[in-house]
Amino acid sequence: MQSQLPLYPEQASNFAPSVDALMVYITAVCLFFAVAITTAIVIFFFKFHRKKPGDIGVAIHEDPRLEAAWLIVPAILALTMFAGGAVIYVDYRRAPMDTLDIYVIGKQWMWKAQQPTGLKEINELHVPVGRNVKLILASEDVIHDFSVPAFRVKMDVVPGHYNTMWFRPTKAGRYHFFCSQYCGTNHALMGGWVTVMEPSDYAAWLSGSSDANANPIVAGEKLFAEKACNTCHLSDGKGRAPSLNGVYGATVLLADGSTVTADDAYIRESVLTPNAKIVAGYQSLMPTFQGQMTEEQILSLTAYVKSLQSQPVPATGAGIAPATGKK
Amino acid sequence: MHRTGELYGQFQTMEQQRETASLGMWIFLVTEVLFFGGMFMTYTLNRSTYPDVFGEASKSIDLTLGAINTVVLIGSSLTMAMSVWASQVGKKQLVTIFLIATLVLGSVFLGIKGVEYHQKFVEHHVPGLSFSFEPGASIATNAHAQLFFSLYFAMTGLHALHMIIGAGLLLWLIKQSMRGRFTPQYNTPVELVGLYWHFVDIVWIFLFPLLYLIDRH
Amino acid sequence: MSSTPSPGKELPNEHYLNATYGIRSWLFTTDHKRIALLYLASVTFFFFIGGAFATMIRIHLLTPSGYLVTPETYNKLFTMHGVAMIFFFLIPSIPAVLGNFLIPLMIGAKDLAFPKINLLSWYIYLVGGSFVLYSFATGGLDTGWTFYTPLSSVYSNSAVTPAVIGVFINGFSSILTGLNFIVTIHTMRAPGMTWFRLPLFVWAHYATSIIFILGTPVIAITLLLAGLERMFHLGFFNPALGGDPILFQHLFWFYSHPAVYIMILPSMGVISEVIPTFARKPIFGYSFIAGSSIAIAVIGFFVWAHHMFLTGQSPYAALTFSLLSYLVAIPSAVKVFNWTATLYKGSISYDTPMLYALGFIGLFLIGGLTGLFLACLGLDIHIHDTYFVVAHFHYIMVGGAVMGYVGGLHFWWPKITGRLYPEFLARIAAVTLFVGFNLTFFPQFILGYLGMPRRYHSYPPEFQVLNVMSTAGASILALGYLLPMIYLVWSMRYGKIAGRNPWPATGLEWQTASPPMTENFDVTPEVTWEPYDYNNRPELGLPVKGGPSLTPAHGDD
Repeated sequence: MQSQLPLYPEQASNFAPSVDALMVYITAVCLFFAVAITTAIVIFFFKFHRKKPGDIGVAIHEDPRLEAAWLIVPAILALTMFAGGAVIYVDYRRAPMDTLDIYVIGKQWMWKAQQPTGLKEINELHVPVGRNVKLILASEDVIHDFSVPAFRVKMDVVPGHYNTMWFRPTKAGRYHFFCSQYCGTNHALMGGWVTVMEPSDYAAWLSGSSDANANPIVAGEKLFAEKACNTCHLSDGKGRAPSLNGVYGATVLLADGSTVTADDAYIRESVLTPNAKIVAGYQSLMPTFQGQMTEEQILSLTAYVKSLQSQPVPATGAGIAPATGKK
Repeated sequence: MHRTGELYGQFQTMEQQRETASLGMWIFLVTEVLFFGGMFMTYTLNRSTYPDVFGEASKSIDLTLGAINTVVLIGSSLTMAMSVWASQVGKKQLVTIFLIATLVLGSVFLGIKGVEYHQKFVEHHVPGLSFSFEPGASIATNAHAQLFFSLYFAMTGLHALHMIIGAGLLLWLIKQSMRGRFTPQYNTPVELVGLYWHFVDIVWIFLFPLLYLIDRH
Repeated sequence: MSSTPSPGKELPNEHYLNATYGIRSWLFTTDHKRIALLYLASVTFFFFIGGAFATMIRIHLLTPSGYLVTPETYNKLFTMHGVAMIFFFLIPSIPAVLGNFLIPLMIGAKDLAFPKINLLSWYIYLVGGSFVLYSFATGGLDTGWTFYTPLSSVYSNSAVTPAVIGVFINGFSSILTGLNFIVTIHTMRAPGMTWFRLPLFVWAHYATSIIFILGTPVIAITLLLAGLERMFHLGFFNPALGGDPILFQHLFWFYSHPAVYIMILPSMGVISEVIPTFARKPIFGYSFIAGSSIAIAVIGFFVWAHHMFLTGQSPYAALTFSLLSYLVAIPSAVKVFNWTATLYKGSISYDTPMLYALGFIGLFLIGGLTGLFLACLGLDIHIHDTYFVVAHFHYIMVGGAVMGYVGGLHFWWPKITGRLYPEFLARIAAVTLFVGFNLTFFPQFILGYLGMPRRYHSYPPEFQVLNVMSTAGASILALGYLLPMIYLVWSMRYGKIAGRNPWPATGLEWQTASPPMTENFDVTPEVTWEPYDYNNRPELGLPVKGGPSLTPAHGDD
């Protein structure tokens, strides 16, 4: 624990030191101006206090040079603040490649997290120290927001969209996470703890409590058959729909000539509104599954598609854009 | 504040009064543009998300009725313009005649709109009331088509509301005109209602292609 | 008073308050001054409703688990606090009360351009307010004042529909007021009242009116769509039916961010009148202050998405909106600089309106500077939707807008009622408000940086100390608001007679009797002087540079 009245939360992620440094910088600049102006006001207030009831002030109308200086100097300082913030934000919005992906689903008023092994947690999140962690966020109902003050990160969880956030925990410990977007009656109770563990402890924790039935790949594969996806998406590429082998992470060529990277959001969209992006060479035959699958089921399907990443890609019927050098 | 003739107490001259009234109407129309703008924005975004369903749904609206209505409305703008002209040159009887013609055309428009609404009602295309786009359509297609029809009713409904208000204003103008109140010196009300009427007409000129013509080649 | 009114002063025989009698003469009045008083009564009513909710919120947050009410009730309290304060107090407060009363007087007109529409605006406000009160009384409202979908349109069980209808209707009151002001300022100015002789209060209202007419229609249509969505289960903003909740936020903030400037610009206008009056010198940088009001109104329309940095919007959009948000800070900084510079070599008095004005600068300074933290993308990731935001916008809206409003009420109280308020009590109240305000809201900046999210009915125990401090400050703040309420009402009957121009100030509104007659002026005034000029105005009764010293000329009232 920190002192009785801390001014900032614990620094427990890669973002925390730079956010705090920026905070100190902006505070310093603002404090300088606030003190300067306040001092000027106080000095003028007493120094130029009215001596006799009938006194009037000295008429001074304006000084364009002073105004110009006052426009330019704050503008430059504002630009430095903007730049400092932009660097952190761009870094935050672009996750690195080697992330540990954890799915997080918000619903009134609880958080469900799902580790890569399929292990599920409620209002708890375990992550290893030193690893880049990416959270893929989905909502079952209204807009929520996943916020971890000790990591200095948060991101809205919007129904109908996938948002992602990432961070690299730097210090083992237990930290609060909150729902930061008002979501109804028990908004304030929709929080929990992030437990940052040493990698070896994390591995032990994962294996110690792993549950084979909860494996999302297995669940996804079952769903893939139940919803009859496998009648068209044949793995050899000879079906009415492209093979999904190796598609995850690859670039897909679309009918309109454009390309798209097959990430979680793309797979989700293809399940819910298949006609939005048609793979080149295919018809729009697939029914939409909007309103017929829970976010959890979509996640399982995504996990299954992801597991096909290493499967052999058929020569034709894969839908993957050629000549990008990808697997 | 007392009125002297046609000059209201807060003004010094007729010229000032006319300028003020006309500026007021223009600014009101600016707010109207933004009022409809929010809806056009919603329409644009949804259409670009679901172009196919919006195209399909658009085809189910009666193009002939829409086209007739467009002609009727443009005609009413013409008669409105004529009545403004007549009031400026002091042809008092013509003012009344053209105002009545405008009112009649406006009513025809509303009548045809009513027929269209009735068709949609019969076809279960009214959102919220046992909506069903076409038999066998998937849940999602139904939802997206309902979005189209929600926007169709919201936009044309809001437009129709403006027409009804316009018709009320016309009725009041006709009454005043029959008393011979509008002269070349004082015709601001005719001019301002004219501006309003043209604006409502222009909104329709945008609504017609967006709602009726998007997927007809 | 620095210039004590000479004895034997009397109110004018006939003025707008006694021109006609009876309830009908008020309910059907088209006199802008009477309509301003109707607004004064109604916004005060909503201020106390909103204030009561705020009091309950602060008491509830004394303990981590919540002290007073259930989570459901707490959510309703902060929602209703926001809706009552923003839509029914802050937005109409200065424009509809002081603006209504003063704009015609300041430009030398007999009334606004459209007096009947002015009255209609008030009735629309009442109808909108009634719907909202109905919502409060029948189940309350728990969506947050932002009405975010799909929470508001699908999931909330509270009385959302009447509230949305009420706010929708109320929008037209704003639109018509803005329209009336713009047209009035364009066409009703007295001879000699050129654009650059307009008081800065009028410039500020011109800028505000631009936002009224361009922004309000968008929130109106947005709330209409959200209301229709709720009533008929449509899907404009509901992802389950193919709509997009983010679109709602875009449309909502397209108005609601500029709405912040609706609240603060008129207040800046008040400050720009008070400072030259009590420093007895022309304002420094008149054209920069006037221009910055317009700049704020215009740029203010292009920063809305900084409320949405973390909705998953494109990083490019975020970068653009962050940069533009910094840009809008510049004109505000220009104003602060010019106000401060005006004090230099002034003849400064400690009268109450001046205390409010200086308090305003201090609080607005903190509010504005903390806006730089929030506009900063990297920091916003951490402090977005925390108490830092709550503290920031209360510094702007309460520290800024309300201080300006209360200060303006004091400044023009002699004109409105013809009587002076008790100066000593008023100074105490001004200082109490300033201290109470800072004690209430400064701790919330720290709470926010520590990570306490806003709209929480309970919180982790480590946040308790700062919350208790905030509540303690709020009790002082509440006292600061009750005090003026009491002595202002008292002074309407027992205050000293003020006379035409007690301060004296340079504006046209001070050239006529206090309270003014229904037509405002005996004869249409002609303006021959530059704004805030004390050097060439012997009729003010002050010694003129190089000229003979005159005694205050109040006797001829």
